[in-house]
Amino acid sequence: MALRTVNFTINGEAKSVQAESRQLLVHCIRETLGLTGTHVGCETSHCGACTIHLDGEPVKSCTMFAVQAEGKSLTTVEGLAVGGTLNPVQEGFWEEHGLQCGFCTPGMMMTATALLRTVNEPTETEIREAISGNLCRCTGYVNIVKAIQYAQRKMHATPAPEAVLQGGD
Amino acid sequence: MTQTIPMTSAAIGGMGHSMKRKEDPRFLQGKGNYVEDVNLPGMLWMDIVRSPYAHAKIVSIDASKALAIPGVLAVITGKDLEAYNLHWMPTLMSDTQMVLPVDKVMYQAQEVAAVIATDRYIAADGAAVVDVEYEELPVVVDPFKALLPDAPVLRTDKPGKTDNHIFHWEAGDAAVTDKAFADADVVVKQDIYIPRIHVASIETCGCVASFEKTEGKLTVWMTTQAPHAIRTVFALVAGHVGLSEEKIRIISPDIGGGFGGKVPVYPGYVIAVAASVLIGKPVKWIEDRMENLQADSFARDYHTTAELAATKDGKLTALRFKTLADHGYADAAANPSKFPAGLYHICTGSYDLQAAHVEVDGAYTNKPPGGVAYRCSFRVTEAVHTIERMVDIMAHQIGMDPAALRMKNFIEKDQFPYKSVLGWEYDSGDYHAALQKAMDIIGYDDLRREQLEKRARGEFMGIGISSFTEIVGAGPSKDFDILGIKMFDSAEIRVHPTGKAIARFGTKSQGQGHETTYAQIVAQELGIPMAHVQVEEGDTDTAPYGLGTYASRSTPTSGAAAAMAARKIRDKARKIAAYVMEVAEEDLEWEPGKFTVKGNPEAFKTIQEIAFAAYTNHPQGMEAGLEATHYYDPPNLTFPFGSYICVVDIDAGTGQVHVRRFVAVDDCGNIINPMIVDGQIHGGLSMGLAPSLYEEISYDEAGNCLGGSFIDYLVPTAVETPNWETDKTITPSPHHPFGAKGVGESATVGAPPAIANAVVDALWHLGVRHIDIPMTPSKVWKVLRDHGVTG
Repeated sequence: MALRTVNFTINGEAKSVQAESRQLLVHCIRETLGLTGTHVGCETSHCGACTIHLDGEPVKSCTMFAVQAEGKSLTTVEGLAVGGTLNPVQEGFWEEHGLQCGFCTPGMMMTATALLRTVNEPTETEIREAISGNLCRCTGYVNIVKAIQYAQRKMHATPAPEAVLQGGD
Repeated sequence: MTQTIPMTSAAIGGMGHSMKRKEDPRFLQGKGNYVEDVNLPGMLWMDIVRSPYAHAKIVSIDASKALAIPGVLAVITGKDLEAYNLHWMPTLMSDTQMVLPVDKVMYQAQEVAAVIATDRYIAADGAAVVDVEYEELPVVVDPFKALLPDAPVLRTDKPGKTDNHIFHWEAGDAAVTDKAFADADVVVKQDIYIPRIHVASIETCGCVASFEKTEGKLTVWMTTQAPHAIRTVFALVAGHVGLSEEKIRIISPDIGGGFGGKVPVYPGYVIAVAASVLIGKPVKWIEDRMENLQADSFARDYHTTAELAATKDGKLTALRFKTLADHGYADAAANPSKFPAGLYHICTGSYDLQAAHVEVDGAYTNKPPGGVAYRCSFRVTEAVHTIERMVDIMAHQIGMDPAALRMKNFIEKDQFPYKSVLGWEYDSGDYHAALQKAMDIIGYDDLRREQLEKRARGEFMGIGISSFTEIVGAGPSKDFDILGIKMFDSAEIRVHPTGKAIARFGTKSQGQGHETTYAQIVAQELGIPMAHVQVEEGDTDTAPYGLGTYASRSTPTSGAAAAMAARKIRDKARKIAAYVMEVAEEDLEWEPGKFTVKGNPEAFKTIQEIAFAAYTNHPQGMEAGLEATHYYDPPNLTFPFGSYICVVDIDAGTGQVHVRRFVAVDDCGNIINPMIVDGQIHGGLSMGLAPSLYEEISYDEAGNCLGGSFIDYLVPTAVETPNWETDKTITPSPHHPFGAKGVGESATVGAPPAIANAVVDALWHLGVRHIDIPMTPSKVWKVLRDHGVTG
C-alpha cells in the first residue's frame, strides 16, 4: 500500500514520517516513532488509554489516522515532564497513589492535563465527567480524582481544602 | 486494633509506612515496559482467524488468497500443528483444549487459523481473506439442558464420553445437614445465578515469542501472572518437539492488570511460539479488545439453589447449596488440583453453623473455556455472594434486622482458630468489631429511620450489609498444587558489599506494587532502607521458582518468604557482627538496621558495616557473602474479612440504582503499606460494583456472545463509581511471619452482596425476595413494573 509523507511536531520536535493512509495514529506514534508510553486498550475509543493532545485538545489516537496529524502539534505522555521534572499532574498521581498497573495512566494524565488547562477549579463532578472517557480497572478512580485535585492546587497554588470528596453520580 | 510489629523510621520505610511507590516514575513518564512495547529485529506479526459459529464442523480452510498477499509468510492451521501433536494442550485443570481445531469449533470466536506477516496490517489483511467453510452443528448454551439425556455430546474427542458432565464435587455431611433442615423452624430457599463476567484488564493479552535456532533457546515476553508455572507447562507440552525447560525463558514484564485473566495459557501464546519455532523469527501477537472479551477465560457462571435453616429466633443452623457450574467447552479454570470448585466451601462464611452440605457439578457448553477468577481467590466470590444473600433473605423472612441477625450468628472472636463445619481452620477474626465499626461510621440506625420515612413517601431506599470471610494465600503443600506443582512461593535476597540489596520473587505484580511492598518487608526485617532494596520478578532465568500472583497469595506466600529469607540473613549477620566486634552472639541485641552490644549503646555495627564485612572480613570457615533464599510453604491459608454497608436509592421511574454511600471496613491483618492497601480496596470495590450493576457476558440461543465489546460490556467509569469510604480493623494472622493476610481481592468478594442486599432491602416490602446481578436499570424497572410500581 502506498506510503504518504506526514509532517507534524510531537513533544516539540518536528517529524516527517512515512505512513500508509490507513495507519492509525497510535501505531505511528508507538511503532514508527517508538514512543510506547501511549497505549492501546480497545481500538474503539472506549478506554482512553491512547489519549494524546492534538493542538492541545485531548484525542483518542486509536481512532485517528496518522495522515490526519499533518501539520498538527502532538503531545504524548513522554512530553509531560519538562527537563526531567514531573508536571503537577504526574506529581499528583505519584503522591496520591493515582495509579496501580500504570496502563491507563498515560491517557488518564493527558485527559487530566487538558482539563486543568481549560478549567481553573473543576469540581469533583467535573473531574469525574472529564475522565469518564478513560477507563481504569485498578484504582476505583478515588485516588485519580485526588491526584487531579492535587495537581489543581499545585498549579494554582491555592491552599489545600479539607480532603472531603463527594460521591460520583 | 493496631499493628503488632515495631515501626521503623521513615528513612528505613519498613512496614506500616505509606511509602510512595518505587515503580511509579517509569509509569508516569511513559517508560513502562509492557509486552506490546517489546520490539525485536525482524519481528513478525500474528493475527488470528476466528469462528463466527458456536459449534460447527470445519469442512475446509483455504488460505491461498491470504498467502498471495505480499508480506504474508504463513497461515497456520490445526492440521499444521497436528503434525507435531501440538493441536491440543492441557488446561490447568488437567482437562484439554484445542490450540487450533482440526475438525470442529466449539465456541464463537474460537481460534481457527493464524496468519503470520511482516506487519500487523498485512496480518489482518491475510486473516480477513482466509476462507473457512463451516457446517453448523447443534449449539448447547444452557448448562441445564447440556446435562439432559438427549443433549448433543460436545466433547466427542474424549473416547467413551457420553454426556456433557465434567465433575461432581461435594463437601460436608449430607445426612447431618438433612436432619438439621428437618428440625429447623424456618427454611429459606432461593435460586441465585452469578453470571459470566470478564476481568477486562485494560491491557489485553499477548506475547512476543522469539526462538533462537542456533542456541535452541525460546524466550517469550508474555502477559502472565505465573511465569514459572508457564515455563514448566511449555516444557511439558512441547518437550516432545525438543523444547527443554532450561532453554525456555518466560519474561513477564510490566503487566497492565491481571485479575486472574492472565493465569491461563491461551491458544494464541502457543501458536505464536509454534510460529516462531517454525519460521525462526520473533513473532508478536496482541489480541484486540473483542478477542479479549469473547475468547479469553471468563469468571463465575454459577447457577445455585441455596437453602438456609434457622430457629425462629434467628439462630442459623444449616445451609445447603447445590450448584451447576458452566465451564464452556473445557474446564480451563485455574483452581488447585484437589478443588474443582475452588474454595467454594468457604460458603459458611462468617457464621457459626452446625451443619452444611455443598455440591457442585460442572457442565460443558458451547462457550469459551474457563472459569478463572475475577479478582478473587478460587470461587470465593460465588460462595460469599450466596451466603450473604441468603442471610439477608432469612433476616427479612423472620423480621429481624440484617445487622442483628449477623451479630447473633458471627463466629465469636474467642472461637479462633475456628474449625468450620466444611473443614477450614480460620486463623483469626473479630467479626463483631468490623460490623460495629461500619455501622458506626455510616450511622446505621439513622439510616433505618430515614428509610422508613422514605418508604412512607413511596421512595425506594435500601441498606445492604455484607460481612464476608475471605480465604486466600494458597497454599499449604499438603493440599494445594497446580498440575502437581506445590503452591509454595519464594524469595531470594542478596545484600551487596555496600549494604544495598536485590530481592527476587516467584510472584509477579500486575499493579499491586510489589516493588514497593516487598522492599518494605526487607527493610522491616533487615533495616536496610527500602529505597536501597531493588525488587525484581517475572524473569524465569533470574527469579526463584514460584507459582505466581493471583488469589491474594503474594503477601501470604512470597511476602512471608521475604521475611524468612531476611531472617536467615540476619542470623548470619549476627555471627559476623559478633566476630567483628569480638563479642559473643548472645551479647548482641538487634533493632532494624544494627546490632548493639547489650548494655553498651555506643558499641554497634550497622547492617551496612556487617554487609561490607561479609565480603571483606568474614570469619574464617564461614561462607563469604550475605544472601539467602527461602521457599515458603504456608502452614495454613489466611482469612481476611470485613463488613461493608451500602446505601442505595432507586429511581422508581427508570429502575436506576444509585449507590449513595458505601462504607468498607476491612481487616487484612498487619499492613505493609496503608496507602497501597487503601488503593487495593478502592479497586476491589469497583470490581465488586461492576458485576453488581453493569457487567455480564451472555449468549443468545445460537451461542452468539452478547457482551463482546466495550459497547456492550460496561466497565464502570469515574461517573458511575461512588466515592468509596474505607476504614479498617487489624487482627493479625497468628501463623504468618509478620501477621499479614492479603487484601487485593477482599473488596471484590465482599462488595456485590452489599449492593444486591441494599437493592432487595429497598424493595422487600413490595414482595421482592431476590434479583440476580447485574441489577441493570431495565431489570430493576421490570421488577418494579411487575410489582405494580411503575408503568
